[in-house]
Order: sequence, then structure tokens, then C-alpha cells
Amino acid sequence: MNALELSDVRKIYTMGDGSDVVALDHASLTVADDEIVALVGPSGSGKTTLCSIAGGILSPTEGRIVVAGEDISDYGDKQLTAFRQQSIGFVFQSVNLVPFLNAKENLTVVDELGKRTGKVAQQRADQLLEELGLADRKKNLPSQLSGGQRQRVAIGRALMNDPKLVLFDEPTSALDTELGEQVMELIRMEMKRRGTSAIVVTHDERITQFCDRSVHIIDGHLAA
Amino acid sequence: MKLALKELRRRPGRFATATVIITLIAILLMFLGSLLDGLIRSSTGAIRAQDADAIVYSSTAQASFPRSRIDVDVRAQVEGLPGVEETGGIGLVQLGARVPGNGPRDLANVALFGYQLAPNGVPEPPPAGQAYADDVLEADGVEVGMTILLGPARTPVEVIGFVSDTSFNGQGGLWTSEETWRATLIENRPDAQLADGVWQALVVRGDDDVASQIDAATSGATDSYTVTEAVNAIPGVEEQQGTFSQIIGVTIAVALVVIGLFFALLTVERLSLYGVLKALGAKSMTIFGGLMVQAVVVTLIASAVAAVLVVLLDLLIPPGSIPIFVSAGSILSSTALLLLAAAVGCSFSLRRVLKVDPASAIGTTS
Repeated sequence: MNALELSDVRKIYTMGDGSDVVALDHASLTVADDEIVALVGPSGSGKTTLCSIAGGILSPTEGRIVVAGEDISDYGDKQLTAFRQQSIGFVFQSVNLVPFLNAKENLTVVDELGKRTGKVAQQRADQLLEELGLADRKKNLPSQLSGGQRQRVAIGRALMNDPKLVLFDEPTSALDTELGEQVMELIRMEMKRRGTSAIVVTHDERITQFCDRSVHIIDGHLAA
Repeated sequence: MKLALKELRRRPGRFATATVIITLIAILLMFLGSLLDGLIRSSTGAIRAQDADAIVYSSTAQASFPRSRIDVDVRAQVEGLPGVEETGGIGLVQLGARVPGNGPRDLANVALFGYQLAPNGVPEPPPAGQAYADDVLEADGVEVGMTILLGPARTPVEVIGFVSDTSFNGQGGLWTSEETWRATLIENRPDAQLADGVWQALVVRGDDDVASQIDAATSGATDSYTVTEAVNAIPGVEEQQGTFSQIIGVTIAVALVVIGLFFALLTVERLSLYGVLKALGAKSMTIFGGLMVQAVVVTLIASAVAAVLVVLLDLLIPPGSIPIFVSAGSILSSTALLLLAAAVGCSFSLRRVLKVDPASAIGTTS
């Protein structure tokens, strides 16, 4: 089963003056199970819109979105919220950890926002931190972690709900080249180890070597 | 909710300003409430203490003892009503009392009542020349066994015991027999003396609704009140309550605005975090619930600190210097009002929380 199938997706924003802006134009994309796809494009090309639609944050104007067999094209806000809770992992551009929670709590917060599993979530957080090499840092606040460690916590948080698809939004933009490459190696290793699919949004071509394939997006049009 | 409590615990400094301001408002609110209670208590104790189903004044008296006269005929009409079981005369004279050991101009204000039916907490009328004194008079140096001198005629009355919460118009109650009251009235207010058998007011016991029957039975010669009505009819009581209620209302409004502004600012600061939480699957109401929990906890902490400070303040204020009565009831009602203000103030942020777009978490660097 494919992790993601976008078929003929369009997203049109209506501006304040009444004019329409086409952010995504008849975009079709399939991400296979266990596949890591780099979505490359300049600013304003529509990659954030595509990522948001694939992650159930935005609804498309037209088209069909199927994530791991679940058709979310016509989902309302409540359904999308539940869908994101259960099926999607996000790693944001500036990591965006909750500053007053320690590393482990930043993972278990995902459980607290949804249907609580309590001990199961605690065990999963411990296991993820162990696998990410942060077992001895789980009590540290984000301000006590290095940039790479924070990125790893963010990856752990994205994996807490055992997602079908993880969306990485410019995961290396705030890191230097060496650390960026380390983070991408880590992302690749963790995704492959779990057999989880991922889309890595980036404008940096160097990132693409860590992905299985690249898809370019320009002015809302996808090109393989 | 857990998230909100963790933030409170780990970032107390973030909430310190709001907590201090709400504590000051809570102190003001509890102090005002206690002052109102003290004022009302010192103005109405003698009436609240009445074990009665009706208190009857003459129709033109406007619930004022000195202006009221109930003569023998009117009393007979009242006693003739089927719902009336018992009546007792009550009369008042307000005087300055010279207390042994105090300076010649250092008078204690007393409200001397002559009574036939004992109010709650007051024994049966004492022998002539003796009185039960309200314990607020202890602050003036009055003691059991002491003889105090009343009014310009310096009528002697011996205090044989203390009673509680029986003040009237801010003056300590002094409870005496009919004979002592009439003698004191004649000696000190000769213009206000009453013929034998004439009282200023009647205390009536009987059916619960007897107050409503009496005025018709006396052909309009009387104004009858239940105890609650009589309390509110005491000149000045409603005005005091109205004034204080308005001040308390304004204070609550200030608290509401302070809490509303604080949490609105906090919400604006956290918009990006809320965007992330929503992207991770948090519902708007979960986020708003966390804000509400923080507002409630901050208000409860502020109220608890304020309650302790107001109790300490009450202990520091010399007894009898100002009419303040700190009670658990007034502290709890102030806390409840502040919690209501916190909930309403916090709800100003609801719209902003609802408007946070989870898409704001994607494609932004902060």
C-alpha cells in the first residue's frame, strides 16, 4: 500500500482583492511504502502547501488525497485533527519543541493531545529516545540541548504516534552543513529502520542525496 | 491540561505579575466584603437576633424605633389575630455611656433595648438596673460586674453578662428590662418618654406569614416586616449595601479586565506554539482548556494569599476601631467572584485560539 497518493490536487487561495492564486496546480504524487521523497523547490513554489495538504493541515480545492489507504479528501476540521493525531508525524523547520517540557515530555505530549495511552506512551518515548541516542538527555529541557539533539527530539516526537507518513519541513535549514548532513543521515536511518515513508521539504539540492528520489515543484507544478 | 499545569510549575515567573496584581485585587475585594459585613453586622445585629415572625412598627415610623409608637389598643388588635401566638414590646434609646476607667469624654456608644421576648442568644430580661452588653463593648473597656453611666443623666446600669452580634446602628447593644429602659428614656430623653403600655415596636411570634396579616388587622396603623425585611428597612442599610456592592462590582470588573488582558497577551506570545500543537493534533478546546486552568489556578493562588493577608490584617486592626468582620463566607464569595471574572476574562482569548491555523506551523521559522 502506498503511503501517499495525491491525484490532481489543486489549491487555490482567494486574495483580499478577490483575485485567485493557484498555489498547487493539478499535482499528482505517489510516495511508496518505506520511500523517502525530497520535495525541492524555491520559496513560494507551493511545497509548503503540498506538504500541508498531504499532512491533513489544509484541505485541497480539488483532487484526491489518500494516506495509507485512508481517503482524507473530504475530511472536515475535526476529522483532520484526529487524522493528524493518529497518522502523521511532523518535524518543523525551527524544531518547535515545547520550551518548558523536557525531552521525554516533548514526546509524550503527542499522547496527551490525543487518546491517552499513559504507560504505553511513556515506554515508547523511552524507547525512541534510546534509539535516537538521547537516553541520558531525556530530563533535559530544549534549552539544555544542542541543535542536533533538539532535532533528534523533534524526530522522536514525529515518530511517537507510529505515523504512516512523516513530513519534514526544511529540517536542516537552521543547521550548518556538517550537522545538517548528520541530521539527514539520522532521518534516513530512522525512517528506513521503521519502514516509515517521509517527504522532506527543502530548497537545498544537497539534501536530495539522502532521499530515495526527488520531486521538484515550481509555481505549483510538480516535475519528477 | 497537564501541559498547562507543567508550564505554571516550571515557569512561575511568567505568571508572577498577574498573580501579584490579582492578589492585590483579591485583598481589596475581601477587605471590602469584610468591611461591608462588619458594617451590616454592626447596624443590624439587634434585629437579626430577633426570634420573631414579624416586627411591627407604627405606620408612619419608616421602620425607625424612635419614630414608632404601638399603643395598647393596636397591640390588642395584633394579639387578636388567629395566627399570632405571642407578642412582646421592644424599645430603644441610643446614648453615650461613661465607662469606669475611661476619660470623661471617652464615651461608649450604646443602643439600650428594653424587651419582653428574648432575642436569640440573649437571656430573659434581667432585673431592673442590670443589662446584658454586646461583646463589642469590651473594646470600650466594659466588663462584667461594671456599672456604666448612661446619657446626660448618668443613669447607672450594671453589666451582668455579654451577648454577641446584637449591635444596632453601629452601637453596642445593651439589653435591659422594660423598667430600666423606660427609666433611662425618661431620665435622658424626656421628650421621647412613652406612656405605660406603649412600646416603640412589637416582636410577634406565630404563623410564618403573620406579618402580611397584621397591617390589615390594624386598619393600616402598623407597618409589619419579617425579620429580613426589617433588617433591610433599617435606615441606611440598603444604602450601605448598594454603595459597597457597586465598589465590589467595579473591583470585579477591574479583575476581569486584568485577567483578560494578561491571558490575551500570553495567547499572542504563544501563537506559534499553539500552531505547532494544533498541527500535532491538539483541539482548540484542549488549548483553551489549558488557558482556563492556568487562569483558575493563578486566581486560586492569588485568593489564598489574599485570604491569609486579610486574616492577618484583621488580627492587626485594634478591636472596635473599624467595623470589619472577616468570615470564611465572605472570603469564599470573593474567591468565587474572582474565579468567575477569571473564566470570563480568559474567554476573551477563545476567539484567538480558535483562529490559530495549524498551517502556520509549516513553512515558518518561528
